[in-house]
Amino acid sequence: MAIALKSTADFLHLKKHNLASLSRLSSGKAFVSTKRFTPMATVTTATTLGLADTFSKLKTQGKVALIPYITAGDPDLSTTTEALKVLDLCGADIIELGVPYSDPLADGPVIQAAATRSLARGTNFNAILSMLKEVVPELSCPIALFTYYNPILKRGVEKFLSTVKDVGIHGLVVPDVPLEETEILRREALKNKIELVLLTTPTTPIDRMKAIVEASEGFVYLVSSIGVTGARASVSDRVQTLIGEIKEATTKPVAVGFGISKPEHVKQVAGWGADGVIVGSAMVKLLGEAESPEDGLKALEIFTKSLKSALA
Amino acid sequence: MACNIKALSLNHQILSGTTVERKMGTASAANVSVVPETVTKTLPASTTLTIKAPQPERLLIKTVDRKEINHGKFGRFGGKYVPETLMSCLGKLEAEFNLVLHDSEFQEELTTALRDYVGRETPLYFAQRLTDHYKNSRGEGPEIYLKREDLSHGGAHKINNAIAQAMIAKRMGRKTIVAATGAGQHGVATAAACAKLSLECTIFMGATDMEKQASNVLLMKLLGAKVESVEGAFKEASSQAIREWVGNLETSYYLTGTVVGPHPCPSMVREFQSVIGKETRRQAMEKWGGKPDVLVACIGSGSNALGLFHEFINDEDVRLIGVEAAGFGLDSGRHSATLARGDVGVYHGAMSYLLQDAEGQILGPHSIGVGLEYPGVGPEVSFLKETGRAEFHSATDQEAIDAYRRLCKLEGIFPALEASHALAFLEKLCPTLANGTKVVVNISGRGDKDSDIVFQYKPHSMT
Repeated sequence: MAIALKSTADFLHLKKHNLASLSRLSSGKAFVSTKRFTPMATVTTATTLGLADTFSKLKTQGKVALIPYITAGDPDLSTTTEALKVLDLCGADIIELGVPYSDPLADGPVIQAAATRSLARGTNFNAILSMLKEVVPELSCPIALFTYYNPILKRGVEKFLSTVKDVGIHGLVVPDVPLEETEILRREALKNKIELVLLTTPTTPIDRMKAIVEASEGFVYLVSSIGVTGARASVSDRVQTLIGEIKEATTKPVAVGFGISKPEHVKQVAGWGADGVIVGSAMVKLLGEAESPEDGLKALEIFTKSLKSALA
Repeated sequence: MACNIKALSLNHQILSGTTVERKMGTASAANVSVVPETVTKTLPASTTLTIKAPQPERLLIKTVDRKEINHGKFGRFGGKYVPETLMSCLGKLEAEFNLVLHDSEFQEELTTALRDYVGRETPLYFAQRLTDHYKNSRGEGPEIYLKREDLSHGGAHKINNAIAQAMIAKRMGRKTIVAATGAGQHGVATAAACAKLSLECTIFMGATDMEKQASNVLLMKLLGAKVESVEGAFKEASSQAIREWVGNLETSYYLTGTVVGPHPCPSMVREFQSVIGKETRRQAMEKWGGKPDVLVACIGSGSNALGLFHEFINDEDVRLIGVEAAGFGLDSGRHSATLARGDVGVYHGAMSYLLQDAEGQILGPHSIGVGLEYPGVGPEVSFLKETGRAEFHSATDQEAIDAYRRLCKLEGIFPALEASHALAFLEKLCPTLANGTKVVVNISGRGDKDSDIVFQYKPHSMT
């Protein structure tokens, strides 16, 4: 039975119940135990807020967004389904879902490995779409898809965007399309009311950064370091300066990603003024390298909660 | 100027009173007199042809199209589809490239390196026995000339580009070079150039390729390079080299070996390889007082092909033929024929033809010529296909092996298996050509590295 939970304080105790039942799953299949679940939630088919709106809401509450990233299909799509729910329940404000790709240039070894495992299992885009169709109505937070450009092109930009809109996706991040080449993407994204998030980096000159933030929708993705995705020991304090520069150029929310892997990092980046913090490889590693899907989901839950409390 | 029309290649005439334009055999902005002011040559069929030396300064930049310089586009192909982190670095590279094109000191240094270190100019060799092999019963057939890039230092054309880019890296103050290699030729060339210029060198190579071309791996190590094994083949090695580059932008320089990648990489490699075509034009003029009629080159990603073709792109009467690797056959699913069987997408930073599945995932290619195993192709090559300026065909593993053996027996030359694909196409091409047609085949590299593979080749088996 699919039920959309509204994330208000009333339901916190319900969330705990749900998690206990989830951790007993042996098959990793999409399953909500109705035995322990008293239906106090309102059944609603309302869609969640978009990315920008989510940030606005959080801002009024004085909160910083927690944005986890996981790769679809690693270890398998049913675990991804569960993981999305776990992340949502543990307080993810936005979730980035990676579409596995054969040649992920922007990704380090952890996410590369996740993509390879996922593809080896036969994960394809249609399967991801089916999964999303089922699970998105159950989530209270919006999802942004993270995909490289070639799979989008292969489908056709218009078709791709309308298809993902149909399954309830709110945002899109494409790491290998530079600003110069985003015209078609932006046009189609606007048409389909998908927020196309653009990235700016420590090597981006200020003028270019301004053009990027101007064009970015949803939020501005600030890449924290020069390099590919992957946990790092610490976050460079250059990030603080960069956040400041971006905030001078725009009122759009800024989320920082790449390399952030610990509650300390999250707290630090939030303290520097970021509106959101993106955690990817650390999440992917927990899920993908666990002994079993259940162990992975449990570890994910614990980790996400620790990050969330760092933002409290 | 007196000429006997018979001495000229079929499609050309030189009008009296015209000064024949020549480009120097090396990077054109060089002010080096390699030949005297005027040359009088006696050509076959007792003709004399007087050629005046060209203007000394002929900038490379004039051969590059405006749209290409400004946007890195060849029609709809090309561009810079890379993570934002790389964009500013590419901008700097582009600026540096434009500088060196106009820098006569750089050009002179490059000319000297190409002559004394690389061993240029490479000969344009008339293959008498191969020519006879293709004569029909009436003794008619085309004339086959081989452009001997196999005689370059390192054994392939790769060094033309590697030395020039290593010089650029040094100019930019970079300390480390990062590169990926398939057959190992680009790896060897890069390692050699780095040793010469005292730069650190890391080469990424696919684990399977390292086994197949082990002698090249040893050479790279002896030349002082670190060789990093990457699970997979060339395409994985390329991706890994790019990731390494993204992570070390300030200190390292990514040395592309071929005409793929984000702008300015395809243009840079093409420009530095274009020395092949420039020499060929002059050599053709010296040998038969005209231009080649047909140019044939193998196509992996397109560096040796563009190196030969680019000079002649505006000569509509010169036919350009690229030969891709058909592996086990075009319909076998095991080949590298990107243009024949691929479609357009974005890969490794550029929009171009590529081999992909229905999802847009990049496929792993196969060819017995390891240097041809790349699921993409240079954007400029895609452009030549789309505009119809060049024709593209393919040759299977078996056909390449046969061509290797044929050249060994007929001319005593052992061509790289990659180049053997170009030679293989002669079997189909020559019977269609008029008598006396001048064909130039690019022997992009030497084949000692492949002797084991050829010797042990069994049809329909994995080598």
